Amino acid sequence: MNEAPLFKPKFKIGKPLFGILVFILYVFLLAPLLVVVVTSFSSNQYLSFPPQGFTLKWYEVLPDESIFVNGMQVSLIVAVSVTLITLAIGVPAALALERFEFKGKGAVLSLFLSPLLVPSIVLALGLVLILSPLRLTNTYEGIIIGHVAITFPFVVRTTMMSLATTDTSCEAAARILGAGPWTVFRRITLPIIQPGVIAGGVIAFIVSFDEAVISLFVAQSGLPTLPVQVLRYVENSADAAVAALSVILILISLVVVVIVERVMGLRKAL
Amino acid sequence: MTTTQTQERPGLRAGNTPGSLEKAKARRDRRTYTALLIPAILGLLVSFVLPLAYMIRMSFNHGEADGVIIEGFTLDSYIQPLSDPFYWKVTLDTFQMGVVVGVVCVALSYPITLFLARTTSKYKSALLAIAIAPLLTSAVVRTYGWMVILGSNGLVNSSLEALGLISAPLKLTNNMLGVQIGLVEISMPYAILAMISGFGRLNPQLEEAAGSLGASKFQIFTKVTLPLTLPGVLTGFLMVFVLSISTFITPTLLGGGSVQVLATEIYDQTTGLLNWPFAAALSVILLVLFGAVVAVYQRLTKKLGG
Repeated sequence: MNEAPLFKPKFKIGKPLFGILVFILYVFLLAPLLVVVVTSFSSNQYLSFPPQGFTLKWYEVLPDESIFVNGMQVSLIVAVSVTLITLAIGVPAALALERFEFKGKGAVLSLFLSPLLVPSIVLALGLVLILSPLRLTNTYEGIIIGHVAITFPFVVRTTMMSLATTDTSCEAAARILGAGPWTVFRRITLPIIQPGVIAGGVIAFIVSFDEAVISLFVAQSGLPTLPVQVLRYVENSADAAVAALSVILILISLVVVVIVERVMGLRKAL
Repeated sequence: MTTTQTQERPGLRAGNTPGSLEKAKARRDRRTYTALLIPAILGLLVSFVLPLAYMIRMSFNHGEADGVIIEGFTLDSYIQPLSDPFYWKVTLDTFQMGVVVGVVCVALSYPITLFLARTTSKYKSALLAIAIAPLLTSAVVRTYGWMVILGSNGLVNSSLEALGLISAPLKLTNNMLGVQIGLVEISMPYAILAMISGFGRLNPQLEEAAGSLGASKFQIFTKVTLPLTLPGVLTGFLMVFVLSISTFITPTLLGGGSVQVLATEIYDQTTGLLNWPFAAALSVILLVLFGAVVAVYQRLTKKLGG
């Protein structure tokens, strides 16, 4: 008796309608990505719908396009460096916050998460102002410094999350048995927090790889990253060539999404 | 009890005064966590705190359009935008855009979130992942997608023309409408993510109870579902508002140069006119707008009972 919801019949008419509404909203949500994928196979020279035919030519010319080759190189160098630096400073910071008690912990945590609350255009301007007297604009260092700030909170958060859900008794046991702090970290803590570190790392990678505003400000006249190349290209001419390039970016995001979903769940990690 | 304690701590027998072991441990701990925190604090200092502080300082310098900066302490860069109707309009447009995008985005994200909170489908986690995954795709790429959809030869216009509903293409890009449509969709994953945790308070039994007591579906929604989810809705709105007033890519691409918001102005002042103090002042204005909305939000959530 308890198992049968009392007012079930009331939902019978509304349910399919609600289902249709949710489906339409999902289509709306995914529309731009789907359209980019379709456009990348379209033989239309200019941006127009519907596609007149199927072609792979936009993909075939990609390896010869300098914007693709250069942009990819810059973006990869930046994103890989940013990921390594952010992990190197973020994982220890998360350890300190989860495993030790100290005064001002709340303030430190707010500082660590605050880059998420500041508009990237404001941070981008601040970076330009401080980096240009140091001659660090249009350098890898400049872009990397900016990206470290915006990727750092993700790494701290995911690492703290996997630290918080783990039992500290293994670490204590290892210490009592005579393991040094480094051994404890490497043999016990690191394997435990691996999911958080991986999730944080790949999110840091994709956030840096896809970032366009800081990269645009800091590297205005040199070293354009892939998203900046796409931005500039789209600003001037809207033909289908850039669609194939965009699909590559979507695919890289997709890989990251699958990894994060597998290791800790997308919702938890973001 | 005291005997077991001394047995557990052999150090006491070795002649240490009581408490010195704890002190030694505290000292060691302090050294450890300080060492663990220092790289991160230095990293954020260089990449985040100093740039922002320097930007705020810069906003009090006097700047001229050709890149000349006169060091000093003046409110020139604030007086200029605040006394110019053009910048009032830009600020108001930015604010209005944030509100419109926030309201529409939350309204469109609400059914998806409600569905995700309620569904018992075995694909629930996959459906949730699909809804928030666009967050990890490039905003440039998604805006480009909207240019393809909304452009004069785009998906919407060619479909409407093929159906004979319009004779000339509707103007859906290079204006505020296009920017707003793009921003609504781009912000949806953030809204869903922000709302879904607040929807945990939604208990289906409450809705069932209301239904069995004779409430209509509309009444159930307005009297039970909506009030329970309101804090989540507010969080979602705030999130979308602050994101959209500060976004640069979408107004630039979908606005096609004819939509001026604070973010595009900051860019023009920085790279085109090289008036850095002015750009810095506009950024501070944007931050204040940001902070004001967050403060109002915190008041509201407290009133709603947190």
